[in-house]
Amino acid sequence: MSVASQDTAIRTGRVTRKLIYLVLVLFALFYMLPLYVMLVNSVKPLSEITGGGMMNLPQAFTLEPWAKAWSSAQIGVEPTGLAPYFWNSIKMVVPAVAVSTVLGALNGYVLTKWRFKYDTILFGLMLFACFIPFQIVLIPMARMLGLMGLAGTTWGLALVHVVYGIGFTTLYFRNYYAVFPTELIRAAQIDGAGFFQIFWRILLPSSGPIAVVSVIWQFTNIWNDFLFGASFAGADSQPMTVALNNLVQASHGVKEYNVHFAGAILAAMPTLLVYIVAGRYFVRGLMAGSVKG
Amino acid sequence: MAHSADADFKTRLQAWIPKLVLSPSVAMMLVFVYGFILFSVYLSFTDSRLLPSYGWVGFENYSKLWRLSHWEISLKNMGIFAALYISICTAIGLGLAIFLDQKIRGEGLLRPIYLYPMALSFIVTGTAWKWFLDPGIGLENVMHTWGWESFRFNWIKDRDFAIYTVVIAAVWQTSGFVMAMFLAGLRGIDNEILKAAQMDGASNWNLYRRIIIPQLRPAFLSAFVILSHLAIKTFDLVIALTGGGPGRATELPATFMYSYTFSRNQMGIGAASATIMLMTIAAIMIPYLYSELREKR
Repeated sequence: MSVASQDTAIRTGRVTRKLIYLVLVLFALFYMLPLYVMLVNSVKPLSEITGGGMMNLPQAFTLEPWAKAWSSAQIGVEPTGLAPYFWNSIKMVVPAVAVSTVLGALNGYVLTKWRFKYDTILFGLMLFACFIPFQIVLIPMARMLGLMGLAGTTWGLALVHVVYGIGFTTLYFRNYYAVFPTELIRAAQIDGAGFFQIFWRILLPSSGPIAVVSVIWQFTNIWNDFLFGASFAGADSQPMTVALNNLVQASHGVKEYNVHFAGAILAAMPTLLVYIVAGRYFVRGLMAGSVKG
Repeated sequence: MAHSADADFKTRLQAWIPKLVLSPSVAMMLVFVYGFILFSVYLSFTDSRLLPSYGWVGFENYSKLWRLSHWEISLKNMGIFAALYISICTAIGLGLAIFLDQKIRGEGLLRPIYLYPMALSFIVTGTAWKWFLDPGIGLENVMHTWGWESFRFNWIKDRDFAIYTVVIAAVWQTSGFVMAMFLAGLRGIDNEILKAAQMDGASNWNLYRRIIIPQLRPAFLSAFVILSHLAIKTFDLVIALTGGGPGRATELPATFMYSYTFSRNQMGIGAASATIMLMTIAAIMIPYLYSELREKR
């Protein structure tokens, strides 16, 4: 995580320290609780849950809920499991993340190294777009997707995510390139390097960390989106979050809590894995989106 | 002659390339964000129902909106939710950050645990808490089987208390993030001032009260802005956790807008509610972004 490693000068007594550790551990348990509940109950037969054993470790371990959530649970009208929706999400996320990150990098480059009149206002407008309540664009967006022939498609959803993701990716790259020495750019210009050459040879090779931040942020946000998926997806392009919600809210038949929990973990798995592998960059993205500079 | 005209064209092209590169993003932003905002605001003054329609009705949708008990409930819930969510997240975030800042062994393990909920979808969070708080199978049932027969915890099914379960789940999801914001602030504080004050015999309590916490003002501001805009946008969590129920007990403006626009075919009223949401967020975000961008100069 990107917090500077400067220790505080505050000194605390032994008893205070014990209490502090106690509080910290209790909160850690609070944060782990839902994950624990999801995990243990996703590998139990249903009877163990309904019998009051939600907090217990499984007595009869089974992976059947996972198999069912993945490939045979009833989602809407079809007993397909979550698998097809998982792939829908992948097909939506990959192009959306790639395009929005590339555009963000180019925008950040222009806004810091090729400045022009009113560029800050333009950037401000882009930035504000990150924070609007998306309810304000739902109706016209539905119309627009229809006009473009993209209504109910995965491509349509990917486009939506590119459009509303550019603000953040631009923010990341702009703040990153802002501290990149402009003298290097000027020197390259004098040597006759053009716009794209400078970007490709000078800025891009050192953009690794911020590209990771941008990719992770976009991946997490788009994978976890529900509002756009619920509003614009067709029956066969619904993303994972919408399918999970349909699974859990289904009003017919027995409520298979263990399958719901397994499904929830399946939906959480990709972003959770990314967090475990590259949490540092995720937190950096979070912080850059709030405390800029 | 021809050669120099060519070179001239090239330099002029070079001057235009940056703007050309930026233009697709700017065009998308102008159409899909600001154009759409204007369109939605316009619709809020029309008689649109199932589909957009362009009969001008003035402020009729707004006056209808403010007479709807459904909207009134959404706003009341928003007030309760936002107030508790923002204050509890800030309190937990600040507390954990201060505690974690005491040269804690295992900080590297605890921090990611506090923060991982931010990586999850609200739908996942909602599902987990929905069943954990469900009195039939969750906490209440568990306590009963553990022998505490009189234990009651049915807030999620109780019209008067269901909104607090939304607060619990939302605080669980974001308080770690607020912790990270405060921790970054704490780590940036100059130790020399603290040491000088310690020399003068200041207690830890006074150090925090008089020196450290006042210096965290920017972190408080960021936390407030981020949390309030998240609160106003809260939608998925309610859908997954309570579906707006029981009854309308956990309806929020975002769920109101969605159901009026897409299931009740009252698009004009839906657009009016979205406009009000936008104006509320704009009132918070615009001054904040303005000051942040100005400081950079």
